[in-house]
Amino acid sequence: MSFWDFFRRERWPHIFCPGCGIGMVLNALWKAFEETEQEPEKWAFVSGIGCTARAPAYMRVDSLHTLHGRAIAFATGLKLGNPELNVMVFSGDGDIASIGGNHLIHAARRNMDLKVIMINNGIYGMTGGQLSPTTLPGLRTTTTPMGNYDYTMGTAELVAHLGANFSARWTTAHIVMVKEAIKRMIPKEGFCFLEVVSQCPTNFGRRNRMEDPRKMLQFMKEHSVHVSRVGQLGAYFEEPVFVVGTFADRDRKGYVARLREAGYFESF
Amino acid sequence: MRRMMTGNQAVVEAAVRAGCRFFSGYPITPVSDLMEYMARRLAQVGGVFIQMEDELGAITAAIGASWAGKKSMTATSGPGFSLMQEGIGYAAMTETPVVVVDSQRGGPSTGQPTMPSQGDVLQARYGSHGDYPIAVLAPSDIQEVYDLTIKAFNIAEALRTPVVLLMDAFMSHMAEPVSEGEYEILERKVHPPGPVERPYEPGEDLVPPFPVFGRGNLVSVTGLTHDEKGVPRPEDNRVHATLIRRLFGKFERRKDLLEDVRTMGDGRRLVIAYGMMGRLAEALVDRGYRLLRPRVLWPAPTGPLKREMAEADVVYVVEMNIGKYSLVVKRVAEELGIEVHSISILGGRIPTPSELEAMME
Ligand SMILES: Cc1ncc(C[n+]2csc(CCOP(=O)(O)OP(=O)(O)O)c2C)c(N)n1
Repeated sequence: MSFWDFFRRERWPHIFCPGCGIGMVLNALWKAFEETEQEPEKWAFVSGIGCTARAPAYMRVDSLHTLHGRAIAFATGLKLGNPELNVMVFSGDGDIASIGGNHLIHAARRNMDLKVIMINNGIYGMTGGQLSPTTLPGLRTTTTPMGNYDYTMGTAELVAHLGANFSARWTTAHIVMVKEAIKRMIPKEGFCFLEVVSQCPTNFGRRNRMEDPRKMLQFMKEHSVHVSRVGQLGAYFEEPVFVVGTFADRDRKGYVARLREAGYFESF
Repeated sequence: MRRMMTGNQAVVEAAVRAGCRFFSGYPITPVSDLMEYMARRLAQVGGVFIQMEDELGAITAAIGASWAGKKSMTATSGPGFSLMQEGIGYAAMTETPVVVVDSQRGGPSTGQPTMPSQGDVLQARYGSHGDYPIAVLAPSDIQEVYDLTIKAFNIAEALRTPVVLLMDAFMSHMAEPVSEGEYEILERKVHPPGPVERPYEPGEDLVPPFPVFGRGNLVSVTGLTHDEKGVPRPEDNRVHATLIRRLFGKFERRKDLLEDVRTMGDGRRLVIAYGMMGRLAEALVDRGYRLLRPRVLWPAPTGPLKREMAEADVVYVVEMNIGKYSLVVKRVAEELGIEVHSISILGGRIPTPSELEAMME
């Protein structure tokens, strides 16, 4: 599957700014699909609202661009409506961790058979760079002009605690690990979550003296610590630290299997 | 054969009969038992049931299942219905068939959880932001709950639209015999498998065939203003106007399905009432009143309203709210120069026919 087998050339140019990290993740996704010989016809992508959420519409798959925060709930219905379909959610941190946080929590708890890629650019990109629950301490956003005094949400850690089959965090500075994590998620049942910390030069870098995306990549590399060194407490750092690695990799039964056991799907 | 059913049971039986195989809900009085009954019933027919984490999830999961090709529904009441409004607008914009039951209780806010009301009659029509059409049905007895639930699915499938079935706390739990006769069941037009270039190109009836996910149609669906290819075109005024006018246009073409009223009696005093109040007002027919009882409230039955009002000297609109549907009737009556009285009943106690007649004097 070539690049243009997976993406809709006729929809180019895309809406992403120069230097945006979303393209890097899309590239990793395509490569992961390529290397594992996925057939795009067997996948459906669901997204909420935001810059990241616009990405699935550029892929040659069935895709549902939905409401702000509701991607995981739409995806839940789609998956249960046709369990044969592979369903992946691709959306932003504001969308999934803030306004959609409740659906994230409960889909992870249910071990719902979905793959979720959450691009964490630390802000709300599409609306102009406001504070997000994932903004790291001290960094500037348009609604914390003096620097962020709010505590940060460790989304991948939360998902791991809720019993999901897979949860990991990497950054675009670890793009090979991003690809490998996607490959790990593809064949797994249950809830699989990948958080990718990513650069937004336009709305984040510009306000934090990192307008050059290379500077942001450098920053992410320098401030990343592997989970094996800090454990699950990483989320409670009071300075900017990206805890990277795999937080959960289990094989509990997924929701679809449990529904079948309970007697749904088959007439009697 | 006739079976005793409560309103909530009749919804479930009729939904299953219409082919509904997916339900997502969240507990709320007076539809919790509807959901409980559905959980059992769907297991028997190979369907899927899920109790979601909230109503935002309930409506959106139902829409998601519809894109997998399933006939799907949810049910709620006042507070939950408010939470579902953004999802209902999404279904209208993306032309997703889905049925929403709103069993009305007194509001605003938590209000009167166990008491009947008709306070959501405008919210059902206009509750989501922006310009969109929607079908809203109001049964007056349990047989009609059954019949109109099937009709709700038929409209949803034929027009690719959300449909609201408006009940109330009383009707949800009242039991009456229901006969499950012959029904025409409509299915959505779907694209054959394989890539589809223009998923939003409408047919004669202005309804585009539905691209079921997972069949290689490879379509991108969005709640943004989109052209016939499904490409987002949010800044193109013409694309937006064309899309919205087509949504309204497809409703105008299906008067056969959407114009649905019952008329009784022949006095020059006309009573207009729907749902539980329609049933109450039937008792006035023997007392010399003419009755017009819309079963489809929205789109508003302008034709029948005009026809019946032309035969009347005075018009009463009886409803369990502050007088919401009377606004619709007054707009039509203005053209004819007829006086309209709003008979507004609040609090959830259903008056006797004599009490109602006294209110009209
Ligand atoms: C209910 C609702 N509230 C607010 C918005 C406005 N809005 C659009 S995108 C967005 C934030 C997107 O941020 P994120 O999910 O982090 O994605 P990004 O743009 O950074 O990729 C918001 C708040 C909306 N569309 N809907």
